[in-house]
Amino acid sequence: MTDLSYSEEEQEFRARLRTWLAGALPGLPPKPSPDDWPGRRAYDTTWQRMLYDAGYAGLHWPVDAGGQGATPTRQLIFLEETEKAGAPYVGANFVGLLHAGPTVAAEGTAAQRSRWLPPVLRGEEIWCQGFSEPEAGSDLAALRTRAVRDGDHYVVSGQKIWTSHAEVADWCELLVRTDPEAPKHRGISWLAMPMDAPGVTVRPLRTLAGSTEFAEMFLDEVRVPVSHRVGEENDGWRVTMVTLSFERGTAFVGEVVACRRTLAALAADARATGRWDDPVLRRRLGRLNAEFGALWRLTQWNVSEAQRSGGVPGTGGSVFKLRYSQARQELYEAAAEVLGADASDLDREWVLDRLSSLSYTIAAGTSQIQRNIVAERILGLPKGR
Amino acid sequence: MDFSLSEDQRALRSGMRELLTGRFGRERMRAAAESGEGVDRGLWAELGAAGFFALRLPEAEGGVGLGLPESVLLFEEAGRVLLPGPLVATHLAAGAVKGAAEGRAVVTVADGNGPVADLGDADGLLVLGDGVRLRAGEPLRDTVRAAVPVRSLDPLTPLHRPAGPVAGTEPLPSLSPHSLRREGALLTAAEQLGSAARTTEMAVQHARGREQFGAAIGSFQAVKHLCAEMLVRAELARAAVYAAAVTGDPAEAAGAKLLADEAAVRNARDCLQVHGGMGFTWEADVHLHLKRAWLRSGRWLTAAEAEEALAAGLGAADRADGGPDGSGGS
Ligand SMILES: Cc1cc2nc3c(=O)[nH]c(=O)nc-3n(C[C@H](O)[C@H](O)[C@H](O)COP(=O)(O)OP(=O)(O)OC[C@H]3O[C@@H](n4cnc5c(N)ncnc54)[C@H](O)[C@@H]3O)c2cc1C
Repeated sequence: MTDLSYSEEEQEFRARLRTWLAGALPGLPPKPSPDDWPGRRAYDTTWQRMLYDAGYAGLHWPVDAGGQGATPTRQLIFLEETEKAGAPYVGANFVGLLHAGPTVAAEGTAAQRSRWLPPVLRGEEIWCQGFSEPEAGSDLAALRTRAVRDGDHYVVSGQKIWTSHAEVADWCELLVRTDPEAPKHRGISWLAMPMDAPGVTVRPLRTLAGSTEFAEMFLDEVRVPVSHRVGEENDGWRVTMVTLSFERGTAFVGEVVACRRTLAALAADARATGRWDDPVLRRRLGRLNAEFGALWRLTQWNVSEAQRSGGVPGTGGSVFKLRYSQARQELYEAAAEVLGADASDLDREWVLDRLSSLSYTIAAGTSQIQRNIVAERILGLPKGR
Repeated sequence: MDFSLSEDQRALRSGMRELLTGRFGRERMRAAAESGEGVDRGLWAELGAAGFFALRLPEAEGGVGLGLPESVLLFEEAGRVLLPGPLVATHLAAGAVKGAAEGRAVVTVADGNGPVADLGDADGLLVLGDGVRLRAGEPLRDTVRAAVPVRSLDPLTPLHRPAGPVAGTEPLPSLSPHSLRREGALLTAAEQLGSAARTTEMAVQHARGREQFGAAIGSFQAVKHLCAEMLVRAELARAAVYAAAVTGDPAEAAGAKLLADEAAVRNARDCLQVHGGMGFTWEADVHLHLKRAWLRSGRWLTAAEAEEALAAGLGAADRADGGPDGSGGS
C-alpha cells in the first residue's frame, strides 16, 4: 500500500503511448459490422500489426518469446491507455494473445515458441480455444474428443462447442483425450490444431444477441502432428491450468476501464434527459461508481501482487472475476433504466452490450465454478463429492 | 506503482495484532460486552504508548510520523477484535486535544443529531459543524449530566442522547470538518474491513469443523458459496479502503465506506447463517460483529450520503474526455 503513483519511466511510457495512439487511431479503417467476419479479422489483425510495428505487442511476454519482457505494471498502463483512447478491443486476437500465446511461451519448446508466437504478435495468425464440449463444460476434464496415435500424428475425432472466433481462426488450442483408461484429469493432452486441416468442420451458432460469436466444431479423423503437442502426453490438464490462470489474471483490465467510461456516459445522459432527478437511479449509479472504482484498485492490487511473486497471476483473478461479471451486468441494467422505453431499441448504444453482458457470469468459468475455486483453493474448504 | 504492503507496514500490522490479542483477547472482549464497562483506561494508555493515536503526528510533535495507510492497517486490526471506545475520534483529535495523542484523553464526536457514543467516558467532545469545536471540562460534564442514556444496540458501544443541540466551546482551527469527516469515514471503513475479514475466518473455521450428513458442512456448495462471497466482499472493500488511504481522495473514501459497510454487515449475517442455531445465541461472537457493523454503518457517512457523493462526480464533465480516469495519479 505504498505507492499508487507511477514511476517516471512508467509515466514516460504512458505519455509516449498516448502520443502514439493519438496519431495512429485516426488512420484505422472503419469498424466492420459485427457479422462481417472476414472484415473483423482484417480489422483486428491490422490493429495488432500496428501495435507490433510500434513496439507495443506482447509487452509483458518474455523477450525470447518475442515480447518486450516488461513488467505487468507496464501492461496495465498499456491496457488502460488503449481503452481510454477508444482503441480497438483485442477482438479476434484474444485467444492468441491472452491464452494460447502465454501458454506456449510458458510450456512450449524453443521450436514451438518460434513457430507460433511471432505470428500472434504480428497479427498474422488467429487462434481459437477448443476446450468445451457438448457434454463437458464446467466439468471440463470430462472431455471426450479423442486423439489416437498413428506414427508421428494424432488422429483426432470428436466435437467442440462454444468456440469463439472459430470461423476466422488459423489455429486451435485443442484439448483431447489421449488416454481413455486414465483418471479423467490424467489422460488429456494440449494440441495446436491447424483449422484448415481436412476433417475440421465449423458451424456457426447464433447468440442471443443475434450475432455469431461462437461456433460448433466437428472433428472427423483430423491428423495433427505429434510435434504440435505442448507439454507431455497426458499432462494437458496441468498445461491447461497455466492457461486458465492467464485468462483470469489480467484479461479484464481494459474492460474495467471501459465500464467506468460507460458509467460516466450513462450519468451524462441521465443528466441531459432529466432522469438524474430520480434519486433511486442516481444512487444506483453512485454505487456502481464505488464498485468499478474498487474493481480498478483490485486490479492494481492483483498486478502488484503478481509482480511481487514473479509475474504469475494468482487466484486473485477468481475473486475479481466474480465481482466484475456481476457488476458489469448491473451496469447495463442501470443503462436500461436510463434509456427507459428506448431500452428495447437494438440500435441504441448499450442495448447490445446489455445482451452481451449476460455471458460474463458464464464464459471463462461460471460464477458457481469460480465460487468453488475461491472456497476450495483460497479458503481451503473441503472439496465436495 | 506498487500497491502491495511494504515490509514496514506488514511489521506494523503484526505488531498491533500481537498487542491486541495479548491485551484484548476474546475473554476480555466478552467481559467488556457483558459489563458494558466502557473505555478501559489502561488499554487506552497502552494504545497511546504504542503510537495508535499519535501515528500521524509529525515526529517533531512527539508523533510517529506515519500516514493514513498505516492508520488504516491499525484500525483494521482494531475492527477484527471489536476493540471498543471512540478510537476514530481520539485518533483524529491527536495533536489538537491535549492528552489524546498519548491515550490519556478519551475524545468522542457529535455530528448532527442522534445519540453520541462513549459520551460518559469522554474527556473531550468534538462538535462538527462549519468548523470543529471542542467541548470539555465543566460544560462537557453538564452535557453528560443532562443527557439520557440510550439502551445501545451494540453492547460494546454505550450511547447517550444529549438533552438538546450540543455546542462546542473552544474552536480547534487546526482541524477541518471536511477532512475530519472524510478521514473518520475511512478509518471507520477500515474497522469494518477488519470485522468483515474476521467474520469470514470465523465462518470458514466453523464450516471446516462442523459436520452434518456425515460431512463437514464446508463441503456443501451452498455453504461454500456463502463463504466465497464473503471473501470477495472483504477483498473488494480492502482494495477500496487501502487505495483511498493512499490517494486521500474524498470520492474514494466514500466508496470505501460504502463497500466496507456492506462487507461488514453482510459478512456478519452470512457468518451467522453458517453457524446455524448457534449463530443466534448470545454466546457466539457473531452478533457482536453484526451489531457493531450496523452501528458503524450509520456513522460518519451513511450509504445514502456515500452514494449521492459518488453520483455527484459522475458524468458531469464533458463525455468526450472519457470520464473518470482511474489512472491513480499518473
Ligand atoms: C460467450 C461465450 C464464449 C465462449 N467461448 C468459449 C471458447 O472460445 N472456447 C471454449 O472452449 N469454451 C467457450 N465458452 C464455454 C464456456 O467456458 C462454458 O459455457 C462454461 O464453462 C460453462 O459450461 P457449460 O456451458 O457446459 O454449462 P454447464 O457446465 O452445463 O453449467 C450449467 C449450469 O450448471 C452450473 N454448474 C455446473 N457444474 C456445477 C457445479 N459443480 N457446481 C455448481 N454449479 C454447477 C453452472 O454454473 C451453470 O449455471 C464460451 C461460453 C460463452 C458463453
